[in-house]
Amino acid sequence: METVNVKINGISIDVPKGSTILEAARLAHIEIPTLCYLKEINEIGACRICVVEVKGARSLVASCVYPVSDGMEIYTNTPKVLASRRKTLELILSNHDRKCLSCVRSGNCELQKLCRDLKVEDESTYDGLRTKYELDTSSAHMVRDNNKCILCRRCVAVCEKTQGVGVIGANERGFDTNIACAFDMGLGETSCVSCGQCIAVCPTGALYEKDNTDQVFAALNDPEKYVIVQTAPAVRAALGEEFGLPIGTNVQGKMVAALRRLGFDKVFDTDFAADLTIMEEANEFIDRVKNGGVLPLITSCSPGWIKYCEHYYPDLLDHLSSCKSPQQMFGAITKTYYAQKMGLDPKNIVMVSVMPCTAKKFEIGRDHQNAAGVPDVDIAITTRELARMIDRVGLNFLSLPDEEFDDPLGRSTGAAVIFGTTGGVMEAALRTAVETLTKEELPSPDFVEVRGTQGIKKATYHVAGMDINVAVASGLSNAKILMDEIRSGKANYHFIEIMGCPGGCVNGGGQPQQPGYVRNTVDIKALRAKALYDIDSSMTIRKSHENPAIKQLYDEFLGKPGSHKAHDILHTSYVKRTVNNY
Amino acid sequence: MYRSHVLVCGGTGCTSSGTPKILECLNEEINKAGLKNEVAVVQTGCHGLCALGPIVIVYPEATFYSMVKPEDVPEIVNEHLLKGRIVQRLVYDETKTEEGTVTSINETAFYKKQHRVALRNCGVINPENIDEYIATGGYEALGRVLTEYTPDQVIQMITDSGLRGRGGGGFPTGLKWKLARANEADQKYVCCNADEGDPGAFMDRSILEGDPHVVLEAMAIAGYAIGANQGYIYVRAEYPIAVKRLSIAIEQAREYGLLGKNIFGTGFDFDIELRLGAGAFVCGEETALMTSIEGNRGEPRPRPPFPAQKGLFGKPTLLNNVETYANIPQIILNGPEWFASMGTEKSKGTKVFALGGKINNTGLVEIPMGTTLREVVEEIGGGIPNGKKFKAAQTGGPSGGCIPAEHFDIPIDYDNLISIGSMMGSGGLIVMDEDNCMVDIAKFFLEFTVDESCGKCTPCRIGTKRLHEMLDKITQGQGTLEDIDKLEELCYYIKENSLCGLGQSAPNPVLSTIKYFRDEYVSHVVDKKCPAGVCKALLSYVIDPELCKGCTLCARICPNNAISGKVKEAHSIDQSKCVKCGACIEKCRFGAISKR
Repeated sequence: METVNVKINGISIDVPKGSTILEAARLAHIEIPTLCYLKEINEIGACRICVVEVKGARSLVASCVYPVSDGMEIYTNTPKVLASRRKTLELILSNHDRKCLSCVRSGNCELQKLCRDLKVEDESTYDGLRTKYELDTSSAHMVRDNNKCILCRRCVAVCEKTQGVGVIGANERGFDTNIACAFDMGLGETSCVSCGQCIAVCPTGALYEKDNTDQVFAALNDPEKYVIVQTAPAVRAALGEEFGLPIGTNVQGKMVAALRRLGFDKVFDTDFAADLTIMEEANEFIDRVKNGGVLPLITSCSPGWIKYCEHYYPDLLDHLSSCKSPQQMFGAITKTYYAQKMGLDPKNIVMVSVMPCTAKKFEIGRDHQNAAGVPDVDIAITTRELARMIDRVGLNFLSLPDEEFDDPLGRSTGAAVIFGTTGGVMEAALRTAVETLTKEELPSPDFVEVRGTQGIKKATYHVAGMDINVAVASGLSNAKILMDEIRSGKANYHFIEIMGCPGGCVNGGGQPQQPGYVRNTVDIKALRAKALYDIDSSMTIRKSHENPAIKQLYDEFLGKPGSHKAHDILHTSYVKRTVNNY
Repeated sequence: MYRSHVLVCGGTGCTSSGTPKILECLNEEINKAGLKNEVAVVQTGCHGLCALGPIVIVYPEATFYSMVKPEDVPEIVNEHLLKGRIVQRLVYDETKTEEGTVTSINETAFYKKQHRVALRNCGVINPENIDEYIATGGYEALGRVLTEYTPDQVIQMITDSGLRGRGGGGFPTGLKWKLARANEADQKYVCCNADEGDPGAFMDRSILEGDPHVVLEAMAIAGYAIGANQGYIYVRAEYPIAVKRLSIAIEQAREYGLLGKNIFGTGFDFDIELRLGAGAFVCGEETALMTSIEGNRGEPRPRPPFPAQKGLFGKPTLLNNVETYANIPQIILNGPEWFASMGTEKSKGTKVFALGGKINNTGLVEIPMGTTLREVVEEIGGGIPNGKKFKAAQTGGPSGGCIPAEHFDIPIDYDNLISIGSMMGSGGLIVMDEDNCMVDIAKFFLEFTVDESCGKCTPCRIGTKRLHEMLDKITQGQGTLEDIDKLEELCYYIKENSLCGLGQSAPNPVLSTIKYFRDEYVSHVVDKKCPAGVCKALLSYVIDPELCKGCTLCARICPNNAISGKVKEAHSIDQSKCVKCGACIEKCRFGAISKR
């Protein structure tokens, strides 16, 4: 690799040519603070926190975007640099709603940390006029509080670049600049897909999910209600981060213990419904292949992806699997089969789901998601909300024992747990579909070609005398590439898995927020995915169709996959939507 | 052939004060008089002396009629055009002789020291007729370049001429072209920055309105030099006349094969498209301009990469300002030595300035670099009205600074202006007299930058707002000496930390007024007085009972009933009601009211 020599704070170092000063400094063991910068997503040099002195430069330069050149002399912590960074923070604070004590990000706010690191002593140094904004609560899943927005534009960049949605941007200009939707529409009026990636990258408390924890506590304290909780696969791979554990720590056992101590009547696992999804979806796939149905078949687990498809590819809705998402299947089975089995009135069951996802809050309110005549799922909370509930009741999460999910809806397979990462649904489906088609046992259940964190993966498998072309995409801008191929008729895929968030659910919009400097240096989604693959490989049952609880469910209640009853309870329909309202 | 040509100024100033109506009357009266085949009426671009508009010049005598009204037209036609008798009452005073004849306009104080290179054709040709441009040597430079010179030779000529960017920064134009040429790419672009946005500046507008082809020709030359075949002119939508004439010019040039495929049969292709800006000042910043052309919100992006490396649509791009381009064909035709013979050691050629503020001859002037500020103000500008004293001149608009009287004799060039804390800028020159408060001036410019900040980077978005608030506090009489220090400190911070030139230069008006007029700031915060009598919060209007005759005029004119008093008795002003509009001072016949 071609390198250049630079001097950072007097120390000579060779760094790759084309590096930014920020990257070069990192090689010299110096972490320059950043605020707006997100590698490859938001490289705009706007906040000016990362300024450094470069010998000979007319002014300070933004290290996040400034390329090094041979012989460059860089100073990262001169009095001028430190004073400038502090002043930048003081200016930001002068137009920031400083209700830090009641802020959802208190304690993991990037602005707060910078203020402490850079020794801001008086938050009111530059106080003057402060812009006041109404909260945008128009969407089902989140709140925008521009009074806390620092205009770093990470949300804008991730919405447009990573997700290809682009429903937010800067309105007005100068001091009045604010991030909002075109023509000041509410987010809920736009073609926002509810993925929550904007929340995941927000450094402050300007963006947050609609908090439903009070409703959960109210249900738990209502003696009339039978409160059942389900937890999505990806939650166990990330919840520990909220309690200081390394990224990618599997905390399934402690999570179950915590939920039980919070007072849930049953602690079940969405993984059960993931196995069920595979049964239905694999059946649907085989049916479409054998009977000339619409191909490629595309997965429907990710509600952000579904909403995206409805808005942007309404002409291709026939490609979507009619399967409800695992969350909804779980709720539907709980309120029909399980209620019947246990003699419970579905009306008295409160189905709470813990999800890595904000779009799940939107999904529970969709039409045709009420198999028992009541909503399949009543409350969907994020991984972050669960962590806050655990904190609120004073559970010492780290010292909790490891406990098991309840039976029978807590039983699942290795195929189910990898639903939480990109490629996981595809792999799980292949494990079942291939064995169904060939009627032979797979030599190995691993389909490594569809693993990994890259945005698009493709593979061809020779199964029962035919070539099956599959593709996997995560992140909606990657989905767009595949969808455009299908729309143009160029695609020859049979089966596609799409997840709305890059990397899949492990990196969902409801997962613990990691600050910019972590996101820029660590592949969070790969670490969390590894936790799931480790669980899978450690399990004895790794194929959905081998889950005994699933077999029992079909035997006792549903009949067989794709049956009339299964359709009534486990399948749904989609609506054509438009792009925004104009 | 016509025996007489009547040139009517069609610049924005004259147009808004009546040119269209005058043209209508002229054509009507000429028809009526049966002179249709003898007299040609030509609508030209700006003549520069906007204070005297609308301007009508009759050739061959070159009679310069000023402040012409439509009702004057029959007299001009019947007396001058029909009978050959000059209409003395409309002739510009300075061109009158005792014998009743007229002298050349070029002998007047306003024009004598001017040297028109960029404005060569403005006010001379009909900008909507390509033949007139060609008749004055237009497109000859492009022809020569395409048939006689290699691209490197063209760039060498520009380099040798010493031309520097006229948009503000003064970057050597030849070097800019060389850098753009050096970057290999499948596609390159040539852009013209016609997003002139400084308050009071209209140099580029006048060139576009008066001589649009010169810009097209220069862009084609630039395209040949750097290896680009597509040009974009980014022009403000608020310049409707310029937009219209550019559109006409592009159409005509395409028709003549001077734009489009295979120009002059040389195999060189070049075409130009217009892009209209929505009036954001920041879009004059090169990266914001390109971002806007790309269809995005006009916000600057970090440099490097510079436009020459990665500009419009990510391709190497050359971006020059209108006035810079307007010099190019002349440099090619007359040679770089000719151009370099004008100006100072490091600033060659001429510079166009828009004179405004407290000056008699407001308008557009083009002077050789090195002309002193005194010459511009006192001679060309005709001095300051009402015998007031020169206090300062502001150059460079919101990015520039104030030049105080102590630097009145400084030769104007890029480096001199920077050395005294101002800058050339695009060429706005606003003259201030003793009645201008320098704190108020700084506040005015800051108000502009606060409005025009794009809001992308923190120092500019919030910092300029806080600067403005501090200045406002000082003008309200609520400032302290510490506030002046805090103000300066914030200024230096904003200069050092802002993303683009707008923010980096926004504090200049504050810093230069503090530098030269610190005592005025101190008066505001310590004495709670505005020495120039501008800041309303620090003023009171009082009636001297000795001088007041009790005529009641002031009481009747006061819009807020703040003045009371009986007839023929001394009046007094209720300070709590006074809105400090100054109407009473103007009306008092006895000089009994004063500001304190």
